[in-house]
Amino acid sequence: MKRTEDDRAGDDDPRTDGGTGDMFGDSEITAVTRRQRARETFDESVVAPFKVAWDDWRTKVALLILGGFVATALLVWLHQAGYTLLNDVLRVLGSPWELEVPRSPVGITDERRSVRPFENWQYPLGTFDNGVDILSALLWATPGMLQMVLAGGVFSTAMATVVGTVSGYKGGTVESVLNTIVDIAMSIPGLPLVVVLVAIIQPSSPYVIGVLITINIWAGLARTIHSQVLSLREKSYVEASRTMGISTPQIIRKDILPNLMPYITVNFVYAARRVVYDSIALYYLGLLGGGMAENWGVMLDWAYNLYNALTVSGKAYMLLAPMVPIVALSMALILLSQGTDRLFNPRVRTRHAGETVQEDDTDCEVNPPA
Amino acid sequence: MNWYLKRTGQALFTLWAVVTIAFVLAWNVPGSLVDHMVDRIVQNSNIDPEIVRESIESRLMFDPEASLLEGYLTYMSALLEGNLGYSFVAGQDVSTTLAEAVPWTLLVMSLATLGMFAISLALGAIMAYREGSWFDIANTFVGIVTTSVPYFVAAFLLILWVGYSDAPILELFPPRGRQPPRIDPGFTVAFVWGALRHAVLPALSYIITGYGLLALSMRGNSIQTLGEDYVRVAELRGLSSRRIALRYVGRNAVLPLYTSLLLSIGFMLGSSVVLEQIFQYHGVGYWMYEAIDATDVPLMMGTFIVITVCVVIATFVADMTYSMLDPRIKSGDQGEAY
Repeated sequence: MKRTEDDRAGDDDPRTDGGTGDMFGDSEITAVTRRQRARETFDESVVAPFKVAWDDWRTKVALLILGGFVATALLVWLHQAGYTLLNDVLRVLGSPWELEVPRSPVGITDERRSVRPFENWQYPLGTFDNGVDILSALLWATPGMLQMVLAGGVFSTAMATVVGTVSGYKGGTVESVLNTIVDIAMSIPGLPLVVVLVAIIQPSSPYVIGVLITINIWAGLARTIHSQVLSLREKSYVEASRTMGISTPQIIRKDILPNLMPYITVNFVYAARRVVYDSIALYYLGLLGGGMAENWGVMLDWAYNLYNALTVSGKAYMLLAPMVPIVALSMALILLSQGTDRLFNPRVRTRHAGETVQEDDTDCEVNPPA
Repeated sequence: MNWYLKRTGQALFTLWAVVTIAFVLAWNVPGSLVDHMVDRIVQNSNIDPEIVRESIESRLMFDPEASLLEGYLTYMSALLEGNLGYSFVAGQDVSTTLAEAVPWTLLVMSLATLGMFAISLALGAIMAYREGSWFDIANTFVGIVTTSVPYFVAAFLLILWVGYSDAPILELFPPRGRQPPRIDPGFTVAFVWGALRHAVLPALSYIITGYGLLALSMRGNSIQTLGEDYVRVAELRGLSSRRIALRYVGRNAVLPLYTSLLLSIGFMLGSSVVLEQIFQYHGVGYWMYEAIDATDVPLMMGTFIVITVCVVIATFVADMTYSMLDPRIKSGDQGEAY
């Protein structure tokens, strides 16, 4: 009996063929249903999970907040490209506020300095002592932050998943070598290492900064995944797959990775959060950026170190303003991981499914849903 | 080969590799940094730049003009003797400065770690048992909100809160420094109490922002474990819920958190650079910032190496104890060791 790739794919879902259709490898049926199967796969792996995740209020809130940040970033990008769309709309609506480049304006008038929030609607959130409009500065920092998060999250998650899975499953020399690399990368404290690297490379591209910050974060994630794979490969259903002679990549893809999805998604969010935290810390310490409010960390630095917002009474707003987007972005990332946890976590899903279909519990134990 | 022997060798190799990486970074940096330092000193005085340069280079641990191998050998031999070089910022040997600063950072870190794990393990387990109850929902919400606050933002907020509150709180939890003035260091009640009070706010910044995620993952792990067959069997056998909670659920739910403990140690040591700067707490992180700010290479590399050694030792100890906690992870010759 010749088994092709298509046949195996068909075996995944007993509902499509009742568990009999592909048993005899009928190539005609395979050809007819290929397009249909592709559509079903798309429905199962993209549409249905999204609907399930959307059911959770946490995912809704997270995606709304993230959507807000992306929309802000797009508006600022347009503005940087010379399309002052936002300001045109605001002017038509009769708003006195307009987005400006948060560079310290030369020869500014006194009434522009340290405007309190909600006093003068030309500067809704107030201004710093140097006259920079706080709302403009807040919005202006968004695109750079999103670029850093994207670069860092993708880089570290990909690195961690590959290294962790391979080292955990392969064992032997591969595991020793990879584990040593992970050990070394993990033993170097992230922030100090990034600080030294930033001093040498002096990056200006947000993508480079994002990757630099995650240059050793992936090791921690790889370690978590590694220890998970170690206990997963001892599970009976993985052992069963091995005994049946299923190829290693296939086992990793079908039996191991689905169980790792909660870790992978949580870790992506974790890495993204580290990028948010560390980049703000680097900007706050004055190690990145050039005298312009291009990051919320620079605004914290100005408020705390330059204008003594903590000790001079009535200036706390300078410190509180950049905290709002920082916490909002961080919260969106965490809510996203929480909301999708139920979707990707087979155990939690089994438990919830078990409330209606008791008998399925044991089946899921042997062969967890992909 | 004995697994413990192998793991010890691995730890030593890691230490060597990290020190070498530090050397490579330091080797690449000095040119510009020495120039920078000379510029800074010459700007404020009329000393001949060449004399300043010579005095700075004589105090580096290796001659920047020497060959790579020569520099590496002098650097390594100096390190083995415990010589980390001379710090211009601190005005004394780097090893003296750090030996004095490390215990303070460890005080804050151990307070934070203990508090964080005690709170999150207890909370997470209770939340999992009462999944879906108002207690679970309220704590999940609070946990998500506090986790969303970065540690440095929490630090600012704590200082703001203490500063804007009445004087008693300000005196109880001083937001600046690491020990009360006018009290001699030593094992006296006044000094220990004062040091603890000064460490509370920095430790709280870690605890408040860290317990949430840990409690939620403890909750998740417990829920996963609660779904396992052996727990159901234990229930059917009529074992006491206390025994099930501690021996069956707790132990298995805590295991995955063991790795987060490791990560949190590295994270705390790294982020002490920011936090100790905010609280003006003179620990390792404070000196690292001062070193970077003044481009003091020996102090920079010294703090870097010391922090790294702390993390390597912590990882080593945790690895040694992990197989005791989880017998499923076999240690031995099979190469399956954690």
